[in-house]
Amino acid sequence: MNLKGKKIILHDMCLRDGMHAKREQISIDQMVKVATALDAAGMPYIQVTHGAGLGGNSLQHGFAPHSNEDYISAVASKMTQAKVSVLLIPGLGTMRELQSAYDCGARSVHVATHCTEADTAPQHIAFARKLGMDTTGFLMMAHLNDPAGVAQQGKLMESYGAQTVYVTDSAGYMLPADVIARVQALREVLKPETEIGFHGHHNLGMGIANSIAAIEAGATRIDGSVGGLGAGAGNTPLEVFAAVCERMGIDTGVDLFKLMDMAEEIIVPMMEHIVRVDRESLTLGFAGVYSTFLLHSKRAAERFGVPARDILVELGRKKMIGGQEDMIMDTAMTMARERGLLQGAAA
Amino acid sequence: MKKIRCALIGSGNIGTDLIYKIQRSPVLEPAWMVGIDPASEGLARAREMGLKTTADGVDGLLPHVLADNIQIAFDATSAYVHAENSRKLNELGVMMIDLTPAAIGPLCVPPVNLRQHADKVEMNVNMISCAGQATIPIVSAVSSIQSVAYAEIVASLASKSVGPGTRANLDEFTYTTSGAIEKVGGARKGKALAIINPAEPPMIMRNTISCLTDDAPDQARITASILQMIKEVQKYVPGYRLVNGPVYDANKVQVFMEVAGLGDYLPKYAGNLDIMTAAATRTAEMFAEEILAGRITLRAVEPA
Repeated sequence: MNLKGKKIILHDMCLRDGMHAKREQISIDQMVKVATALDAAGMPYIQVTHGAGLGGNSLQHGFAPHSNEDYISAVASKMTQAKVSVLLIPGLGTMRELQSAYDCGARSVHVATHCTEADTAPQHIAFARKLGMDTTGFLMMAHLNDPAGVAQQGKLMESYGAQTVYVTDSAGYMLPADVIARVQALREVLKPETEIGFHGHHNLGMGIANSIAAIEAGATRIDGSVGGLGAGAGNTPLEVFAAVCERMGIDTGVDLFKLMDMAEEIIVPMMEHIVRVDRESLTLGFAGVYSTFLLHSKRAAERFGVPARDILVELGRKKMIGGQEDMIMDTAMTMARERGLLQGAAA
Repeated sequence: MKKIRCALIGSGNIGTDLIYKIQRSPVLEPAWMVGIDPASEGLARAREMGLKTTADGVDGLLPHVLADNIQIAFDATSAYVHAENSRKLNELGVMMIDLTPAAIGPLCVPPVNLRQHADKVEMNVNMISCAGQATIPIVSAVSSIQSVAYAEIVASLASKSVGPGTRANLDEFTYTTSGAIEKVGGARKGKALAIINPAEPPMIMRNTISCLTDDAPDQARITASILQMIKEVQKYVPGYRLVNGPVYDANKVQVFMEVAGLGDYLPKYAGNLDIMTAAATRTAEMFAEEILAGRITLRAVEPA
């Protein structure tokens, strides 16, 4: 398909999804450094929050060294053209926190629900619109709903006021045909002015191919992260994606060489582990498990002696979804008991 | 034996499940069900089960309250209409058990503070939320041994068990439950997280409770207190089960619970709904026992 001249809006996730890969430990100085480089490279949207979004600071999801407000204020004040966005998952974050993020300078929001539970987001989407924010409805773990179901859920989000609806491959499980089917189904039911986005994870190495497939099917917004800093095997690496777009004549408006430089000089040196497709992150993509479960499972594996891959496969079998990180330790303990590695039965 | 006669406001799943639980009670009798739709299945079922019904809302019940000697009412409608329902019935001397998030009366978790509400003859008590009923007993079991700086609960609910009211107002659920973890659970700061999982077959309600104690936790005493509390809750929710823990990590205590319902009217996986109706029934029973023993008397609340 000829995509020459097609305009695509990129949205960088290093400072939100990337928080997961850094166990939520990114300093304000690092945030400002990364965001400033992205801004200078022409990145139109930069997401800045705890990995789990507004309200994310918790025992369940880890505590970042600073509040979301502090991160957003520090970054937003330095931007020359980029808009700062936030993630809000109802059930975790609330409208009070969205107001507070807006007051600190956030102007765009991904309001995220599991791909079958859009009706938990009406008040948050409506409130974001009332604030005048660029408002996205973000359907997570989209492989767990069929194309017709995704379309119906996207239509709900549009009815609440979402200006963009995302197909979110949280598990990095989808193949290009899965992406195309869901984006096309959305395109058929949404109003022409409602945009469609795709958020990929690279667990099966499909981040770039899936994002291009999404564009071919009608998506105009793509999430990713420079250097791929994100949960699991990372998000779609944006410098690679930008290069592919340039070859295909797709117009992203970003400066490819600047993104390449920052990936090499800023992002990779920040990584605590090299974010790549390895045994465990591949398991996420293969078994359809929420990418954020990666580091939690490795910790539970170390503590209870059950291999992380076994835990992840079991979580996939039990159809655990984003936000159920507590079930990782619970599952590891139950498996450890069954294997005679843990004494003391449950009551 | 004499029983206290009850009215159920709201003819949905919760109201219907309450009929079953109240019918089993030695001290309560379901007398009326109030709805707003004459064609409601819930009202038809209530009539089959021997209750009187009205489809005219609480106003349809008011003329019958004194003649039928209604003394306790359960409100399973919505926060928006609860205050009016409560005012009208309180003026006739009917005690209200509030299953909506309105929370105009004191918050009630039976094994933690029901006794004190009954002693004070509170005319309106609020049942908080399903996650609150499932987790606050554990927080209280820890905070009764040593001070808890922070308590966090994660409730995973089967998608099919979460109704449209909760879905459209998820922030209220978050605020109400977080506040109750502090006020009733005894933690200095509380946080509640809810996840709605659509897996088929539906998952049984799960709750993870984490407490951070100020000082190093006295593991033996805290574990004993938690196990005792679980037994207390099991008296009215037999499917309240410890899956893993208590597990300790520095000052963190974590408990992993599962809540299976009785399967009266609601399916067993909907432990979240069952624990609300069971806690509400338990609350009504305590008031009824006190009334029948002559230890307390409900009095009409003067119109403001």
